[in-house]
Amino acid sequence: MTVRALAAPAPPTPAAPTPTPAPPTPAAPGRPQLEATPGRVGESARRPDGIPKVKGQFAFSSDLWADGMLWGRTLRSPHPAARIRAVDTTAAARIPGVRAVLTAGDVPGKPCYGLEHADQPVFAGDVIRYQGEAVAAVAADHPEIAWRAAQAIAVDYEPHEPLTDAEAAITAPPIHPDGNVFRHLTITRGDPDATGDVTVEGTYEVGMQDQAFLGPESGMAIPSDDGGVELFISTQWLHVDRDQVAACLGLPVDRVRLTLAGVGGAFGAREDVSLQVHVCLLALKTGRPVKMVYSREESFFGHVHRHPARMSYRHTATRDGELVKVEARLLLDGGAYASSSTAVIANAACFAAGPYRVPNAVVDGWVVRTNNPPCGAMRGFGAVQACFGHESQMDKLAAALGVDPVELRLRNALRGGDELITGQRLTGTAPAREVIEAAAAHPLPPPPDPDADPMALPGGAGLTAERADVRRGVGFAVGFKNLMYSEGFDDYSTASVRLEEGPDGRPLATVHCAAAEVGQGFVTLAQQIVRSELGVERVVLRAADTQVGSAGSTSASRQTWMSGGAVQAACVAARDALLRRVAQARGVDFQGARRQLLTLRDGEVVHVEGVFRVPLVEALGGRPVEEVREYRHAPTLPLDDRGQGDAHVSYAFAAHRAVVDVDPELGLVRVVQIATGQDVGRALNPLQVTGQIEGGIAQGLGLAVMEEIVVTDGRVRNPSFTDYLIPTALDMPEVLATLIEQPEPGAPFGAKGVGEPPTISSTPAVVAAIRAATGLPLTRVPVSPEDIALARP
Amino acid sequence: MSDQSQSPGYAEAGRAEGSAVPAGSPGGVAPLIDESATYALRVNGRGEAVKAAWLGESLLYVLRERLGLAGSKNACEQGECGSCSVFVDGTLVCACCVLAADAVDADIVTVEGLAQGEALSDVQRCFVDEGAVQCGFCTPGLIVAVTDLLDRCPHAGDMEVREAISGNLCRCTGYGRIFAAVDAVRRRREARA
Repeated sequence: MTVRALAAPAPPTPAAPTPTPAPPTPAAPGRPQLEATPGRVGESARRPDGIPKVKGQFAFSSDLWADGMLWGRTLRSPHPAARIRAVDTTAAARIPGVRAVLTAGDVPGKPCYGLEHADQPVFAGDVIRYQGEAVAAVAADHPEIAWRAAQAIAVDYEPHEPLTDAEAAITAPPIHPDGNVFRHLTITRGDPDATGDVTVEGTYEVGMQDQAFLGPESGMAIPSDDGGVELFISTQWLHVDRDQVAACLGLPVDRVRLTLAGVGGAFGAREDVSLQVHVCLLALKTGRPVKMVYSREESFFGHVHRHPARMSYRHTATRDGELVKVEARLLLDGGAYASSSTAVIANAACFAAGPYRVPNAVVDGWVVRTNNPPCGAMRGFGAVQACFGHESQMDKLAAALGVDPVELRLRNALRGGDELITGQRLTGTAPAREVIEAAAAHPLPPPPDPDADPMALPGGAGLTAERADVRRGVGFAVGFKNLMYSEGFDDYSTASVRLEEGPDGRPLATVHCAAAEVGQGFVTLAQQIVRSELGVERVVLRAADTQVGSAGSTSASRQTWMSGGAVQAACVAARDALLRRVAQARGVDFQGARRQLLTLRDGEVVHVEGVFRVPLVEALGGRPVEEVREYRHAPTLPLDDRGQGDAHVSYAFAAHRAVVDVDPELGLVRVVQIATGQDVGRALNPLQVTGQIEGGIAQGLGLAVMEEIVVTDGRVRNPSFTDYLIPTALDMPEVLATLIEQPEPGAPFGAKGVGEPPTISSTPAVVAAIRAATGLPLTRVPVSPEDIALARP
Repeated sequence: MSDQSQSPGYAEAGRAEGSAVPAGSPGGVAPLIDESATYALRVNGRGEAVKAAWLGESLLYVLRERLGLAGSKNACEQGECGSCSVFVDGTLVCACCVLAADAVDADIVTVEGLAQGEALSDVQRCFVDEGAVQCGFCTPGLIVAVTDLLDRCPHAGDMEVREAISGNLCRCTGYGRIFAAVDAVRRRREARA
């Protein structure tokens, strides 16, 4: 095991060549190519898109521009539940500059789409199931005209009482032909009647969090000569978008071509279709390029959110602090449409007991349909909600037993070879103890300094806190989560690698992979892998598009493993093809063990017995080598009716320790420090791993103390960055991180995905620290100032 | 119960039951775009003519959609996120909150005006080297805001840095590598001084 502290990132790589500039802006949609900076696997290589991004020249999906383009705009329902009696578009269509007005009757193909179940209408035809549901779309010469035209569409609604209570939804009359229960899942492990010495119970709630990526939903559709359409779009999975779009357009998939446009963050919110079908319909209807860009307000209505949860737990343990049994009932509110709800509840249930040895478990998981905003994927995907429950319980249990909360966690932590509550044995690395020890080992911050800047107190710039009243608390939490897709899904990624003589006479490698770069740095990693595998310094990435096979989704912490694996496999195949070519040219036997005689080393094909060395470009002989490979992880199985089965591939663990200062009178919290230990397998780019850890912790902190979409009677009260607060530079504390590097067997380069674990246990750690500072039970996140200031002990 | 909601905001909409058709609807409005509305802006030292525009357009819209300067970003368009930060007569402002037609006669500098040709400014270079860029959507605004801060206050302390960029939201980085980039710029400038 190696442990790498993150305090000092590696020094910058020497003078990087300037990348090919991104398309000039206003950007004609095109295929930007990203060129290399030096750096191999394990080094902190710099992003190939970093320079265009700092110069403002990187083309995001909202920056696209084309001659003669129109602007699209959606009309959305103001009601969470209603019947549509009539839609009259006459007035809108008459406005000068309006080129098309579309409603449900204008959808030529499948009327509904959805990630796992196609239950969401492209446009609501007769029933409105959530506030913000799309009813119509407009294309016009100017965005202001499009907006005015959308407002001029007369919709005759008959509103009715929305179904907003998730518990009631289980038995309420269905609000959709597919019913109200998306999935009910039970896990039964061991003896449900097992007893112990100590029992603690609790009910916990998680509010609705928004991904709040900075780049709003946007894209451009351009009709093509074959009657199809080309879509430039920010998304997490091009191919699944393509399939859904083509079905709704009534076109074969080969006439719908998608290219990834610059993505301004994702975090799960771009897994589902938002404007994709609308913008393509408008382009096909008008025969012109159409651009759509959501406003921030529309963005809050245009994508799914993190499921709110209500969770009841009972933990039973021996007096020595060994867990005997965990019982949990988890209820997630999926909102109006299915999205990925069925997979989110599976994760919440599978990880409901936390990263502990639990011989007996009963988990009852529900996810239901209501008239609340649709919920789906967000970083951590079900494990976040469960972690707040199980970690709150572990603290309660520690208090009941009179043991240290960290010690209780260490005593029960999973180890390699243990079985999960699903009966699956941990065959890979499982450094649960190590992440706990690493997080706990970081130095605590110094006690509050009486002379410190008052800006550093809770309340910050408001200067509201009295220093003498501020109380400090420390809290701890651990979590884990599956990597990649589960439950038998055929999860794969495709990559092509082409090796040729570049225009400058040097070897050049070109990677084509549809993996969505959403900010995480896969583009950097792909280059690092090619340099390591082929020894070629110049590596160009073609734009991600649907002209190559699917790479699967940039989700579930899976692209480093899956698309990293595909790029590596394509490199190996390209190298083999090159060596075979040289063997043929030189009359070398290249069968069986004789293959080992030739190798690619430092830009040369080398005969290991010293017979010859051929520079790579000469070895190519004027013809490129190009290989395409699909990479699959080890297969998984569905869960059986007792929730048992080898449903997952691999797991990543993380622990967090939070230190907070609280002003109890105003209920204001300042997070002072977060220390973490994280299981990364192997850090392929330590600087990028650091960025994922710090960024993930920020989102966990946000859920702990600030972030919630407030929904009243099915209506969103705060769809703006004025009212939905995300952490600023003043809210983020010092982060101390230790990477636990235990290479994962079976993973390309031994690396585990790193994006989600920072978001899972950081939230309960912060809340535990607030509890420690205040003595309050705090069973709901986000913890609001009222929860502290108005609490009656 | 019935209504014909016309209100622009989804959050507010639905309360305006039975509301009237808003101004700007067909039946008696002048065309949006005034073909004779022409004005000039000075951006990154260059004169730029804006022709046949709607006078309601924000500086952000005109920069992005009419002048081809899409570096300033559109994350909230209500002055909360700082991703459209530009200089107007040397003052740091959100371009989304300025009417373009009101910025006539002002010196406007955008993120595109900070590099010297191919040479990055020290702030840009340090953002790349220190890993301060992930998705990059907030990056141009932060580059402008940090440039402003360190030009005004070369010796800004950590808390001043945090406060100065607290109006620039970043959702990817948790700000850690951004602080590292600002530190690196300060160190470079101190070494040079």
